[in-house]
Amino acid sequence: MRAMVYRGPYKIRVEEKPVPAIEHPNDAIVRVSLAAICGSDLHLYHGMMPDTRIGHTFGHEFIGVVEQVGSSVQNLQVGDRVMVPFNIFCGSCWFCARGLFSNCHNVNPNATAVGGIYGYSHTTGGYDGGQAEYVRVPFADVGPVKIPDWMHDEDAVLLTDAAATGYFGAQLGEIAEGDTVVVLGAGPVGLVAAQSAWLMGAGRVIVVDHLQERLEKARTMAYAETLDYDEYDDVVVELKKQTDHLGADVVIEAVGAEADGNLAQQLTGPKLKLQGGSATALNWAIDGVRKGGTVAVVGAYGPIPNAVKFGDALNKGLTLRMNQTPVKRQWPRMFEHVRNGFLTPRDMVTHRFPLEEIPEAYHVFSSKLDGCIKPLIVPSAS
Amino acid sequence: MNQAGRGDIPSAYVRDKRTPPPSSDELRARIPGWGVDLNPTDRPAYPKLQHRTDTGAHWDFPERQPEEWPRERSVEHAFVTPVFGTAQPPRGLSGVIRRYSYARFSEGRLAHWLLLVAADRVDAAEHRLRSFASTRPDVPATGLRSEFTRGGLRSRRGRSDARHHLVDPLVVAGPWVAAAGAALVGLRTLARGRR
Repeated sequence: MRAMVYRGPYKIRVEEKPVPAIEHPNDAIVRVSLAAICGSDLHLYHGMMPDTRIGHTFGHEFIGVVEQVGSSVQNLQVGDRVMVPFNIFCGSCWFCARGLFSNCHNVNPNATAVGGIYGYSHTTGGYDGGQAEYVRVPFADVGPVKIPDWMHDEDAVLLTDAAATGYFGAQLGEIAEGDTVVVLGAGPVGLVAAQSAWLMGAGRVIVVDHLQERLEKARTMAYAETLDYDEYDDVVVELKKQTDHLGADVVIEAVGAEADGNLAQQLTGPKLKLQGGSATALNWAIDGVRKGGTVAVVGAYGPIPNAVKFGDALNKGLTLRMNQTPVKRQWPRMFEHVRNGFLTPRDMVTHRFPLEEIPEAYHVFSSKLDGCIKPLIVPSAS
Repeated sequence: MNQAGRGDIPSAYVRDKRTPPPSSDELRARIPGWGVDLNPTDRPAYPKLQHRTDTGAHWDFPERQPEEWPRERSVEHAFVTPVFGTAQPPRGLSGVIRRYSYARFSEGRLAHWLLLVAADRVDAAEHRLRSFASTRPDVPATGLRSEFTRGGLRSRRGRSDARHHLVDPLVVAGPWVAAAGAALVGLRTLARGRR
């Protein structure tokens, strides 16, 4: 089969690989019909995630058709069209039993601090991902869901991570009616977080970024006010001014470890890798929220430490809430919201690349060329 | 107290917000779906640490996936998890470093992660060397054609992050230049030694 393959930082290519096999009785093999590149894939692409091995196939946002099932699979049949949450989870461990699907203890031997994720290095279990023609899907009775007939494929693929993560981020913020909510980052996660903040009763939603096409999308897709941080010497001071010097009631950090906005953080983090990444967005969140407020973190960070202003979080009495998204827990309600037009994930799709052009897709998305907000990948077998 | 001047004092310094948020009716009229998840106890992630829906699992503990080779694992785990990825088994010098890191250091130790990062770089070098003996040698970076086809210059115009994009060629090409330099010095030394 054809598959995206990692060859080292900034280097990927498409190679022939063997079609994955059933390795456990509850596995399924899925033929991928549509995949996406996630902003967190860029952390792997830039060599920031420990134990990213040469030959690894990335991709944790994908949908497809069931091609083969293991002997114990009861809920899926060959030919079913399925959407697959980015979490690999067993459904039965202490954590899964309590709804923490992203923290499953039975799927990742490499680390206890993170669950299993498709195509996201050996630190999350060593599973090849879905930027390929076929993918192994463990616990087929637990994770995948048949795509409803009415759902658009592009909405379905975005619900496997980016959209679900934005919606989850707004929930982590514990938004109360009338709250001022600041969303850092107008990427795919931030855009849905901004839409979701309204659903939870926000009185005001402000989205911060510096890329014009993304800010425009935040205004049109999420009805948000926007702040271009390039226009201010210090965007936190501007946030304070705009919130009557209180700060935001809730800040949703939807950027993660490669945040722009501070050259020193960029150089010491993503470029020279002297720390786990750039903590700029996290520090803006801590500075920009009001005392006693809530910071919700859904931007992705790896296991290597970051230069975070933890003392300010303590002294301001903040509530910090975060997790990888337990995607499937979000779906029943999100399906209603998508069907009703309250959440519109596919509005953010700007680019569609065939799998054979995935090196260009990564470079365009990584360097944010051509107004790219969300690129999809179409495997040739689909 | 001088009441006349209080209107200028921002909300943070007095008891109530100066500017109340728009009314719920106004927001409902303007934003599709405003307030449909207003009740914090009726949101999908609530209540934390409770989940009342069937997950689909029909086992107490999953059947174990066959372990075809000694699978590296975190020492914080009691055993190799019943299901695991088999994508790229550890090989070569990078494999030795990875196995040592997993066996010796817990996830709480920075040494564990730094060794894994070092192994990643060794892995890349091992594969790069191997690729030079193949029909498809590695290049310093991929996807660069899009700089010309997708508006590399146009897209970056006026963007503050263009500053650190300038560092990318150094970060990407630096190790290649250093490796080529080291190889050249090595070959010269070898040649001198033979004379």
